[in-house]
Amino acid sequence: MSEEDVSKKNTKLARILLLVAVGMFGFGYALVPIYDVLCEWKWIERDRPDDIKKAPEVAYKVDMSREITIEFMTTLNESTPMEFRSEKKQLKVHPGEYHTVNYYAENKTDKVMIARAIASFSPAVISSFFEKIQCFCFDEQTFKPREAKTMPMRFVINPELPEQYKTITLSYTFFDNTEKSVKK
Amino acid sequence: MSAVVAEHDDHHADEHHDHGPAKGLLRWIITTNHKDIGTLYLLFALAMFFVGGAMAMVIRAELFEPGLQFVDPAFFNSMTTMHALVMVFGAVMPAFVGLANWQIPMMIGAPDMALPRMNNMSFWLLVAGVLLLASTLLMETGAPNAGWTFYPPLVLQPITVGKALPFAVFAVHLLGISSIMGAINIIATIFNMRAPSMKMMDMPLFVWTWLITAFLLIAVMPVFAGAVTMLLTDKFFHTSFFNAAGGGDPVLYQHIFWFFGHPEVYIMILPTFGVASTIIPVFARKPLFGYSSMVWATGSIAFFSFIVWAHHMFTVGMPMAGELYFMYATMIIAVPTGVKVFNWTATMWKGAMTFETPMLFSIAFVVLFTMGGLTGLMMALAPLDFQYHDTYFIVAHFHYTLVPASIFILMAAGYFWLPKWTGNMYNEKIGQLHFWLSAISVNILFFPQHFLGLAGMPRRIPDYAIQFADWNMVSSIGGFIFGLSQLLFLYIVIDTIRGGTGEKVTAEVWEGSSNHSLEWTLPSPVPYHTWTTPPAVVPTEHVLDSH
Repeated sequence: MSEEDVSKKNTKLARILLLVAVGMFGFGYALVPIYDVLCEWKWIERDRPDDIKKAPEVAYKVDMSREITIEFMTTLNESTPMEFRSEKKQLKVHPGEYHTVNYYAENKTDKVMIARAIASFSPAVISSFFEKIQCFCFDEQTFKPREAKTMPMRFVINPELPEQYKTITLSYTFFDNTEKSVKK
Repeated sequence: MSAVVAEHDDHHADEHHDHGPAKGLLRWIITTNHKDIGTLYLLFALAMFFVGGAMAMVIRAELFEPGLQFVDPAFFNSMTTMHALVMVFGAVMPAFVGLANWQIPMMIGAPDMALPRMNNMSFWLLVAGVLLLASTLLMETGAPNAGWTFYPPLVLQPITVGKALPFAVFAVHLLGISSIMGAINIIATIFNMRAPSMKMMDMPLFVWTWLITAFLLIAVMPVFAGAVTMLLTDKFFHTSFFNAAGGGDPVLYQHIFWFFGHPEVYIMILPTFGVASTIIPVFARKPLFGYSSMVWATGSIAFFSFIVWAHHMFTVGMPMAGELYFMYATMIIAVPTGVKVFNWTATMWKGAMTFETPMLFSIAFVVLFTMGGLTGLMMALAPLDFQYHDTYFIVAHFHYTLVPASIFILMAAGYFWLPKWTGNMYNEKIGQLHFWLSAISVNILFFPQHFLGLAGMPRRIPDYAIQFADWNMVSSIGGFIFGLSQLLFLYIVIDTIRGGTGEKVTAEVWEGSSNHSLEWTLPSPVPYHTWTTPPAVVPTEHVLDSH
């Protein structure tokens, strides 16, 4: 093989490998939708913001034989300038029973604030049994300067909830989304 | 070294139609010679080894006693972050690229790397990337301090990020481009430039392991570049890849990062395996045991590295199915790794062994790497990992797989090939002293960290509960001895380049080495240009079992 042939072969191989590298850069980005799709799979037991959608109010048969303790946690992301708390810290409910819990949030700034509450369940598998009929977490909330709101959250625990779950923790985190929402 | 090489080239001027190295400093900037570039890579890596090591000394000094002594917590966190980045991307990876540059063309009978100009560019991009990263140390807001893994949301928070994040991200881009170009070059060299008589299954294992490593690099460095780019756009351009408020997920980052990160740790260890498989047979005076199984083991380790990443994140709240899958998949890696350890041991079995410094470092590597591997197996067990996660146990584990493994083997490679490259013998007495000091102190340094981790000491903290005081002090003392011992290596490298013991070495340097690999059939020191005509016959002692 002459030197020129080798040099041609080298350039060709380098081009192919460069394409592979560029492709892998794209693959890194492709992992984002792939992740979302995989997480929709039934056996992936985790809660996602998208799962938390308005559920229809169905008359379930109330399971009086057991009681579930629900703990309500409220958190502010980083230094979101708000006050945020739930009216109750804890509630004992029977599966199938409808309840409403009020959350209180206040904008502590003199500017309009757009904030988003994101839910998180522990254990995560609960999210598909915790049905919300009304929630401030479905949408972004706009607060006028210094505005305070009382926001109800109406929910039911699906009686199909497996027996082993006796305590559920529901945590809401408020994110200050003003900057991002304005840019959109 | 330049003087020696140049002088030698004059002696053999009639053998080469080409000129020797250019004169002056410019030679090193514009060089396209694989040996020059290899030297640049190795010296740069050595310098970075001491920079990263100095940061480790700051860490160990602060942890010498409980309480805050020397540095404030933010700077301490910068030190852990920068120590990791400098050691991984500035020291270990470039050192292996340097070895590849020097050795691969000589081992396969090629006159140079396939793409010499790109070779020069990859080196200087590496320097640019590391300088960009280092520049953050001078910033008012400090260097990155959220850990080398850059986990969001921590890394995006104003208090930790300062102005350093974009610099670190662009540094990663440059380092990524540099190592991808290096990898492309290595693959092209191995595929297209081999001596016609050398089949793939004749290649020395160092060449094989680097070929596989180069593919890993091309596959995962771009993914890492993508992940940090997403961080950048999340921070400055209002995307929401990892921002829960915008529908993103911080856990996604960990998946993408470790899809890169796990192969990355094999990028640092596979060439290590290659060098060990090169050195051990020479000093055991036997062919490598199980050559083809070594090749296949390397390949399968590389393959498995892509499908085990989430064992770094057992505690994020993965579904049970995921925990089990990643647990079993991870444990499978112990099989090909076990094959390798078995083969090295079998190579030494009944060999006529001598214990020169390179061999000592290699034997220490086999023993201590196995220990690091066993703690890895412990952590592969998902239920146990919940205790070990983010404690000093993991710190002990990965330092065992990097320091007495990758670093020891890099030292071994230095002792093994420096006489070949320079034509001078290193001082064996100081070499042995360096070995024993390193081998003992590295265990004083890292072994107690297992205890600390099991007792619950978290990693990345500048201060700790009082019950961890004793073992931290022991670990720090070990660290200081280890750090100081490395100055002996620096001395030896400089001394050997400048003439060493004065004893001129033979072409073989080590008895019988020319039966193992091609570079030992060249004169010592190696001329500036080698294999301008490919060798007619290639040594095959190392592959006896495959023929």
